[in-house]
Amino acid sequence: MADFETPKIREYPVVPIIKEGAMEGTSPFVSRPEFDNKLGYPGELPEDWKDKALAKMGDLLSRYRSLQVFMDSCIKCGACTDKCHYFIGTQDPKNMPVGRQDLLRKVYRRYFTFAGKYFPKLVGAVDLTEEVLDDWFSYYHQCSECRRCTVFCPMGIDTAEVTMAAREILAHVGKASKYSNEILTKVDRIGNNLGLPGPALKGILEDLEEEIEEDTGVAVKFNMDAEGCDALLMTPSADFFAEPHIDGLIGYGKVLHEAGITWTVSSKASEAANFGLFIGSYENMQKVSMRIREAAIDLKVKRIIFGECGHAWRVAYSFLNTLAGPFDFLDQNYPIPQHILEVTHGMLERNELRMNKEENDHMTLTFHDSCNIARASRMGDQPGGQFEIPRAVIKAACNNYVDMDPSTTHEVTFCCGGGGGTLTDDLMEVRVKGALPRMEALRQVTDENGVTNVAAICAICKSQFTKMLPYYGFEMDAIVSVHQLVSSAIVMKGSEQEQELDGAGDEDNSAPETDTD
Amino acid sequence: MSEFYALLFTVAFWVLIIGLGLKIYQYIKTPAPLKIPLTPAPLTKTGVGFRLAKEAIFFASLFKSNKWIWLFGWLFHMSLFIVLIIHLRYFLETVPEWLVMLQSVGKYAAFTMVIGLVGLLVRRIAVPRIRYISDPSDYLWLILLIVIGITGITMRFFSHTDIISVKAFAIGLESFNWQQLPLDGPLLIHLALVAILMILLPFSKLLHIPGIFFAPTRNQVDNPREQRHVSKWALNLEAEKNKKQP
Ligand code: SF4
Ligand code: SF4
Repeated sequence: MADFETPKIREYPVVPIIKEGAMEGTSPFVSRPEFDNKLGYPGELPEDWKDKALAKMGDLLSRYRSLQVFMDSCIKCGACTDKCHYFIGTQDPKNMPVGRQDLLRKVYRRYFTFAGKYFPKLVGAVDLTEEVLDDWFSYYHQCSECRRCTVFCPMGIDTAEVTMAAREILAHVGKASKYSNEILTKVDRIGNNLGLPGPALKGILEDLEEEIEEDTGVAVKFNMDAEGCDALLMTPSADFFAEPHIDGLIGYGKVLHEAGITWTVSSKASEAANFGLFIGSYENMQKVSMRIREAAIDLKVKRIIFGECGHAWRVAYSFLNTLAGPFDFLDQNYPIPQHILEVTHGMLERNELRMNKEENDHMTLTFHDSCNIARASRMGDQPGGQFEIPRAVIKAACNNYVDMDPSTTHEVTFCCGGGGGTLTDDLMEVRVKGALPRMEALRQVTDENGVTNVAAICAICKSQFTKMLPYYGFEMDAIVSVHQLVSSAIVMKGSEQEQELDGAGDEDNSAPETDTD
Repeated sequence: MSEFYALLFTVAFWVLIIGLGLKIYQYIKTPAPLKIPLTPAPLTKTGVGFRLAKEAIFFASLFKSNKWIWLFGWLFHMSLFIVLIIHLRYFLETVPEWLVMLQSVGKYAAFTMVIGLVGLLVRRIAVPRIRYISDPSDYLWLILLIVIGITGITMRFFSHTDIISVKAFAIGLESFNWQQLPLDGPLLIHLALVAILMILLPFSKLLHIPGIFFAPTRNQVDNPREQRHVSKWALNLEAEKNKKQP
């Protein structure tokens, strides 16, 4: 399949020994001018690339406190060295978080600090050369911006911030990754990452309505561009057709139907994900975010609800208010934006959803905490809600649930290996190797607890797992959406499932009554 | 010689204050345009205060990460802290009661400090991952601190220095009334290295001292949905100014 070896699942994961240069030169495809120009980048290496790169670095240092502080404050303690899944899978020391940061830091020291200007050898400062640039391009695309290293750093240094800055500098000298930039132009042109045009989307939504009605006898609406609904649904475009994503979308539809919340998607903003985050560009991230504001205004909704997507939720939860707010025109009684899991969980808490867990009895589930939800966002009104709420919803939808090893979940969860703009075939080796720690944890609960399926709440995780599972000897469809479980278990009012459970015409209904929609 | 040291310390003091002051000013001035607290994060300012205190006092994240680095690092820093406090007696005309009491146990902190430092140095040399990320300056800092510690121990426990004169010298520095310094080898080495440390601190990784408090990952409140957070430069962007209004 490819010219690299899938790492072996190790019985006792120990810190691997370093192999210098193991992943040298492994890089994504370079972007093309046709994409770059649209995003404000030159698209090719300019003559004065060195000045341009350094000027951009200076600019970012002056605009981002994170970058400035992180460049200065690393003490080289080594605490982060064994914490990155890409290091664990590749053994390349430049994939140790501090090793990755140092690629930029060495240049920072050379041109921006007294010590590096006059005593470069002493502090490991280096000149900016084309080799250095190549190393940046390679290793800053072997980072999924997952922030696991940050959890362990005594200085709170976030390698993701450094990676984003490096990618932004690279883009300014014509060395961006094609994957992210091509997708960003698609979002702008067509409305979503997958390039799904409005009419096709409309067709899919109609099919879904039919399918649900056939299965349940209930007419669940999937609107597109409908004005005056309660909510705008922002969901990753993979939810519109890929497995297991689409089963999650069906789940959202059923939940919102039961909640009596009318909703619509927007054909112009038919994508929750925001790849502006990956490339570290405030401007591009803002542009993509503005579509959501515009769609919300155009469609006259009162709420914005996000579907299952990790990085999308980070940008939505942490940045949307900053980038496209204030949202004073929306209903302030609901969180803006709100996660679909917050909606579902709230209803479960209030006993407003009837669930038949037996529907999922053929599975034993575990849950993969997505990195950006775990470490860069929140759900609910308590810290850590991002861990408890998805688990509570899963447990409400199934009888058999087991957590993976605690050193691989919650705030110390391992990235799936495909986040942060690495979910592309040209980085397959990086993805497969980076998936190792997650796959090891999954193997353990499979062997010891009979886990059959892993649930996730991120489009990237779901796509990455679908590809990775076979490499590590699992079934490809072992990955499921959380709202897919909800979808299977939910017993909608007036549905065939309800009749089956209660007996036809029997009014002895144990489901709690709520206002009719 | 005494004049040289007096001058050296005066310069070192001001370099440290001004250098550090400028760096802190730079950190304060540089905007943090986005909310990037590492979650789960506190929802209030008080919570953030506790979070930072836990990091600065107990090295909470380091503890999670690696028990050996934590042990040596924490031992070194806490010992250094006690040692620094004990040194106050050279600068205070009358030594308060609590300081005298602290001194009786605190004098052993110099040993734990050196033990911590040696532990860190051994790790730096012995663990290939840490050796890989180490530059010459990383070793030199540890060695410098170890020598400062050892010369201090020597004076305290073996070849006693005339501390009355040292105190007079130190107090003289405060008022630019330079006094004679006893010309003992260990003392001169000790003081010279301390002065070097003070001068280099604002230009080195020792900037982690202010840096730990300025990491947005740890010092931000988790409230982006409740409170709009926009930096000055972002307010001036075209997209911001021309955004669609309802
Ligand atoms: S844990 Fe933080 S301070 Fe220590 S080496 Fe890694 S990035 Fe640097
Ligand atoms: S952010 Fe994640 S992928 Fe990047 S260096 Fe840190 S642990 Fe590795």
